[in-house]
Amino acid sequence: MTLQPKAQIMDKEAVDRAVRRIAHEILEKNKGTDGLLLIGIRRRGVPLAERLRASIREIEGAEVPLGVLDITLYRDDLTTRSDQPQVHRTEIPESVKGKKVILCDDVLYTGRTVRAAMDAIMDLGRPKAIQLAVLIDRGHRELPIRADYVGKNVPTSSREVIEVKFRETDQTEDKVLIVEKVEE
Amino acid sequence: MKPKLVVKNGLVADPLAGKSKVQDIVVENGRIAAVAPGLGEGDPGGRGQEPGPDLIVIDASGKVVLPGLIDAHTHLREPGQEHKEDIASGTAAAAVGGFTTVAAMPNTDPVIDTRAGVEFVLKRAAEAGRVNVLPLGAVTKGQKGAELAEMGDMAEAGAVAFSDDGRPVTGSELMRCALEYVKMLGRPIISHCEDVDLVNEGVMHQGYWSTVLGLRGVPAAAEEVAVARDVILAGLTGSRLHLTHLSTAGSMALLRWAKDRGFPVTADVTPHHLALTDEAVRTLDYDTDTKVNPPLRASEDVEALREAVRSGLVDLIATDHAPHHFDDKDVEYNYAASGISGLETAVAVVVTCLVREGFLDWVGLARMMSLAPARLFGLESKGTLKVGADADLTIIDPEAEWTVDPAAFASKGRNTPFKGMRLRGRVTETIVGGRVVLLGGKLV
Amino acid sequence: MPLNRKDVLTLEDMSVEEMTLILDTADSLKEILGRDIKKVPTLRGRSVMTLFYEPSTRTRTSFEMAGKYMSADTANIATTTSAVVKGETLKDTAWTVEAMGIDCIVMRHPIAGAPHFLARICQASIINAGDGMHEHPTQGLLDMFSIRERKGTLRALKVAIVGDILHSRVARSNIWGLTKMGADVWVTGPSTLMPPGIERTGVRTTFRVEEAIEGADVVMVLRLQLERQKKGLFPSIREYSRLFGVTRERLALAKQDFILMHPGPMNRGVEIASDVADSEYSLITDQVTNGVAVRMAVLYLLLGGGPEGSAQAEGGGEKR
Repeated sequence: MTLQPKAQIMDKEAVDRAVRRIAHEILEKNKGTDGLLLIGIRRRGVPLAERLRASIREIEGAEVPLGVLDITLYRDDLTTRSDQPQVHRTEIPESVKGKKVILCDDVLYTGRTVRAAMDAIMDLGRPKAIQLAVLIDRGHRELPIRADYVGKNVPTSSREVIEVKFRETDQTEDKVLIVEKVEE
Repeated sequence: MKPKLVVKNGLVADPLAGKSKVQDIVVENGRIAAVAPGLGEGDPGGRGQEPGPDLIVIDASGKVVLPGLIDAHTHLREPGQEHKEDIASGTAAAAVGGFTTVAAMPNTDPVIDTRAGVEFVLKRAAEAGRVNVLPLGAVTKGQKGAELAEMGDMAEAGAVAFSDDGRPVTGSELMRCALEYVKMLGRPIISHCEDVDLVNEGVMHQGYWSTVLGLRGVPAAAEEVAVARDVILAGLTGSRLHLTHLSTAGSMALLRWAKDRGFPVTADVTPHHLALTDEAVRTLDYDTDTKVNPPLRASEDVEALREAVRSGLVDLIATDHAPHHFDDKDVEYNYAASGISGLETAVAVVVTCLVREGFLDWVGLARMMSLAPARLFGLESKGTLKVGADADLTIIDPEAEWTVDPAAFASKGRNTPFKGMRLRGRVTETIVGGRVVLLGGKLV
Repeated sequence: MPLNRKDVLTLEDMSVEEMTLILDTADSLKEILGRDIKKVPTLRGRSVMTLFYEPSTRTRTSFEMAGKYMSADTANIATTTSAVVKGETLKDTAWTVEAMGIDCIVMRHPIAGAPHFLARICQASIINAGDGMHEHPTQGLLDMFSIRERKGTLRALKVAIVGDILHSRVARSNIWGLTKMGADVWVTGPSTLMPPGIERTGVRTTFRVEEAIEGADVVMVLRLQLERQKKGLFPSIREYSRLFGVTRERLALAKQDFILMHPGPMNRGVEIASDVADSEYSLITDQVTNGVAVRMAVLYLLLGGGPEGSAQAEGGGEKR
């Protein structure tokens, strides 16, 4: 099986615009930055969270704290995977207790990652609320989870895969691609 | 009357003749009747006889024919430890291994330390033995190292030598007395050289590998200190002393020292000490089949032992066949019994590690595994293939390659570190007193 | 890269990559120990049994807490409370434990190689928590972790291991681990407590404790078993501590920012002076905390991740 690029659905400008819009939506919904805590899910949730922080800083002139969450220990497929994911550090600069956590990830798909991330956050303390920001929502949910902020809704088939590339993690210009699994 | 037997076209290696050549051997009435080339041509019996019930012909082309091998150090475990081995299974293993005679160590339960014990072993051997069994008697009562056993009475009953093997005679004065005493009996003492104090609960050779593996080590000195004492006592008393299962370079030097002074000392080494080093404990991951006393030694020691075989310093090779029950070995290393079930691999190990490596030729092998042990026990009619000698023969296929499979052993003891190893040289026939006990590698 | 092995028995047979993976994983997991609720669900449904044939509280507890923090079910067998005292063989005990479906057995045993024996007969993963004088791999790893955490690296550090090298499984595991990671390891102790051939492992030896400590980045003091005196290995505790005791004066020879370690339990005033054990150089309490993190890492790497199945959909990972 190989992955074949099918279409580019977002370029750098589209990503920037989506991030700015989400930043506005976050500020609007939460009436400012009070009690906000951005948490990026490793790996590509982290650059999204960092850009949201920068965007919020630009709009409000306020610095929102940002944490990094590794959800490996909370995965629900650990005992069935043949390869073992490496555990990375979770680094949250302040307690989640009483905070409005904005959980950030690049793609929302089955919802299992978000489920794991919410469990991980709950283990760190009791936040006031958890909201979810994603760059792409591609559908096919397996759990009752929805995003509060979405950059772009992309209807996909299950044979397709969404690839998000960020400058920070992929050494390439920001873009979002649809690629297709092709049986050989 | 036993059928006549002709062994044709084998490479006959007779240590008394000192050379090997292709010859035929004719056996009649349990003795060697003729040895010459071409005896079997066209007329195998030489007297117009055809092969049949009265005439057995064995074609030994491409094989080596030796005077029957004699193991000077075998544990048959009967009486008392028949779950480990008995005379029937132990002598079957001997036959498979090409040994026509084995000397049975007396550390049974009870210890063979009286005439009755010696007679028991001889009686059981006559009933159940496939090969000749020579009883050995204990040096001290119960091998307790306190009082001398009735060695004179045992010698009369048929004990060929005396040993407290497994337990060294600790008291130096007692050892001296034992040596003095056997002088009048014309029998040797076989000494298991070990300073128990220096062993200090050690379970493997003390060196780099014991350090790596964290197992308590037995220094080479634990053997050498005892060898030194015993050879000095042999010099003092002028008595025949045989040092068994020597395992260190230092012991070889002490043996040289004693022989240079003309002390009446002989010694044996075992196939496993000639083949394996202490690294085997690491390689086999603490496999208790590597546990043996004395322990497998360092590579320098193995080299010194092989060199001593080459130079003739060491007189004979003995197996120290020490069969154990599975349960005695399937435990933690320190708790495991010491010993290797060695009769069935001895020839192949010697062929693989010494003959093929150029340390020993076939005549040398026959000398070390047949003539020398025969002389140790005063057996004039064994250890040679000259006309009139006992018709004990061992026929070896020198090229046969095989994998050691303990499950296929005739011995009850499957404890061998050679398991799974590819070896060269296999005994195909064993003939005891003109009777074929192993034919085509199978017990008859 | 997963830890591609069933058992953790020695550091002698462990590669630099494997050790680095364990240390890196421990580094990630250590954060959990700082939480209010020290629990992650990772090893839910997995069972860990400690099987201790020697008394030990700290190592056993450390493994037990590591298992509990990762949500594994833990149980303990100690010699005084089980069939072991009735003379059951190790083989039979192992089969009994195996029949209970235990996933991992953490074993301490007075005989070297006993965990290897267990590993051969059990499906369960075996972690050697100390076998005779052989090895104590997780202690070695936690010491390496503590040093690396403080110094940033293990490469080119001078590490002096002081004391009873002969009987020490902690020393052996540290020697293998540290030399493989590129440290310059020195061992020192009385000649009667120095095992033969130790220099072949790649360490340097001296009978002068000052030479070992001089310029050291790390001074690791081993526990002296006081009963060794009765076997004639050293004449008296007084003489031992005069010749090899780690004191403030001797530590003045070490680097300015040296660190002091001891696997515990300490004989204060014998192998280590009490004031230095409590000094700011001492990592002794860090060692205890780090022990839990390292053991969590080993448990995760052995038990997290199943034998079959494949990475499908989004299990909470990277596949989109």
